[in-house]
Amino acid sequence: MPQTLYDKIWDLHEVAENLIYIDLHLVHEVTSAQAFDGLRLAGRTVRRTDRTLATADHNVPTDGTAVAAMIRDELSRAQVETLERNAAEFGIPIYSLGSAHQGIVHVIGPEMGITQPGMTIVCGDSHTATHGAFGALAFGIGTNEVEHVLATQCLVQRKSKSMRIRYEGELGQGVTAKDLILATIGQIGVAGAVGHVVEFAGPAIEALTMEGRMTVCNMTIEAGGRAGMIAPDEATFAWLEERDVAIDPAWRELRTDDGATFDSEVVVDASAISPMVTWGTNPEMVVGVSDSVPQPQDDGDERALHYMGLEAGTPIEEIAIDRVFIGSCTNSRIGDLRAAAAMIGDRKVAPGVNAMVVPGSEQVRAIAEKEGLDQVFKQAGFDWRTAGCSMCLAMNPDVAAPGERVASTSNRNFEGRQGAGARSHLVSPQMAAAAAVAGHFVDIRNWSQEQS
Amino acid sequence: MKAIETITDKVSVLMRDDVDTDQIMPKQFLKRVERTGFGEFLFYDWAKEPGWDLPKRQILVSGKNFGCGSSREHAPWGLEDYGFRAIIAPSFADIFRNNCTKIGLLPVQLPEADVRAIAEAGEAQVDLSAQEVRWPGGTASFEIDPETKYRLLNGLDDVDLTLKQSPAIEAYESDRERSGPVTTAV
Repeated sequence: MPQTLYDKIWDLHEVAENLIYIDLHLVHEVTSAQAFDGLRLAGRTVRRTDRTLATADHNVPTDGTAVAAMIRDELSRAQVETLERNAAEFGIPIYSLGSAHQGIVHVIGPEMGITQPGMTIVCGDSHTATHGAFGALAFGIGTNEVEHVLATQCLVQRKSKSMRIRYEGELGQGVTAKDLILATIGQIGVAGAVGHVVEFAGPAIEALTMEGRMTVCNMTIEAGGRAGMIAPDEATFAWLEERDVAIDPAWRELRTDDGATFDSEVVVDASAISPMVTWGTNPEMVVGVSDSVPQPQDDGDERALHYMGLEAGTPIEEIAIDRVFIGSCTNSRIGDLRAAAAMIGDRKVAPGVNAMVVPGSEQVRAIAEKEGLDQVFKQAGFDWRTAGCSMCLAMNPDVAAPGERVASTSNRNFEGRQGAGARSHLVSPQMAAAAAVAGHFVDIRNWSQEQS
Repeated sequence: MKAIETITDKVSVLMRDDVDTDQIMPKQFLKRVERTGFGEFLFYDWAKEPGWDLPKRQILVSGKNFGCGSSREHAPWGLEDYGFRAIIAPSFADIFRNNCTKIGLLPVQLPEADVRAIAEAGEAQVDLSAQEVRWPGGTASFEIDPETKYRLLNGLDDVDLTLKQSPAIEAYESDRERSGPVTTAV
């Protein structure tokens, strides 16, 4: 019987009914402390330290602080130090502050070549779906489940329903992977994929770089999806070969068979997608940059407009911004930084705009500095930071002030996400860079002409 | 985990759709390394708004896609610590629903009309064993995965149950486990 990619990975990992084996467990400081406590209380150990990896990302300052003991915020310091202690006690490899491999958990896995096709990957973080870009089944779990995986290397799990989102046509000039996924969420809604594992397919997906594919899979959760995945192909294998991973011929079979059926199928016209900007307080509240803030349809929309301080009918390009954040597990890889730097060239950040670039990992930072991208950003007036989750969730010193309007390359525009009262607009790195220079949103499809 | 029996109480009502876990438990409280004491921070920012009224009761009634966004288990910890034992909504986000059942907080999915009727009635009885919600003027049955139900009714720990399957896990590791990657070698 023809199978989907999801079926194949599931079958490879089914230990018993509703119990699957986990090939890689990524651990960070925020969702693990209570899980390690649980192990200690029960006198249990970590079953497979060789399939577990820890890093510190959510809490870390991005000002170059090189050791946990120097984190000023007492609670953040305690949380990172707790992770370091737990990793040492249980024998788990860790890349904490000061390590050349420290970074956002979903950036470092692929970067080290340990995210590979056909794997099951979990982490106490909803953006774990990022790793699905390599044809892996990857999803977020809660702290109880973190403890369960540490103790058993397995997860109690019922198989989800399957959904395929197929893109017809190609993305236009200036339209990125970020716009593709934002437009998709706009089309199906923030609960559109609840209960489903999503496979993204079609020529527009195959044309994306691995980094673009990670951006797409990363935001599957913003449509409610359990996991997002893309079948591995030559681009996947090239990424892995660059990281000295031997390609298993079996990985070429990891694709949905002809004739396999999905519980749900969605078609998106990729050629109709514009550079996107969110206007509200969840990612489905999104329009094209050449559109206007829409009329509210219900109480939720009214509430969102009020929170965002926006009037319906305002053209998106007329919305002025206070801050720019380029970073997060969605858009902080080297390709994202190159694309943003190319938009900037020798231009400057608009007066009054506070702009920052936060590389996703210390490796990304090192590559960017070698290429001189840091100089492009710094000369333009951007603040160039060290790796971490930073202002994506603002549980570290990078926080937007109440009322500040942020053009952000992150994944959530929820109320207060980037700071109490802060107003977030989700965009691509290119759109964020252009907004930093202009001081308001601009349609980057006209940007090159403007420059010449 | 405490076993769930029949829960009978007045209901607290928060009639909003897409309530995300960033609202339920804002990030500044995720820095704590303890497992308890999150109730006082529940809906921290919303609770400052004029007209906010969320009495400490055992049953919460809310809108569609409750618990969307971040996987933070701190959100269910906060709801449980506040006093809730069951949440009734037209739908839940997947990770949140899972997290609730791991700590003995019962997610009850009912059609929107029933959810509204319960909010109107102001009180309800959630009977897990019978998979039924009763309120003045109505009753409705709800679905729950049989294993989850068994675990909740008996207050059983997932890890204990899985460790009973150790032979199957060992067999998987010796016969079928993929060869890499090895995190201790990178």
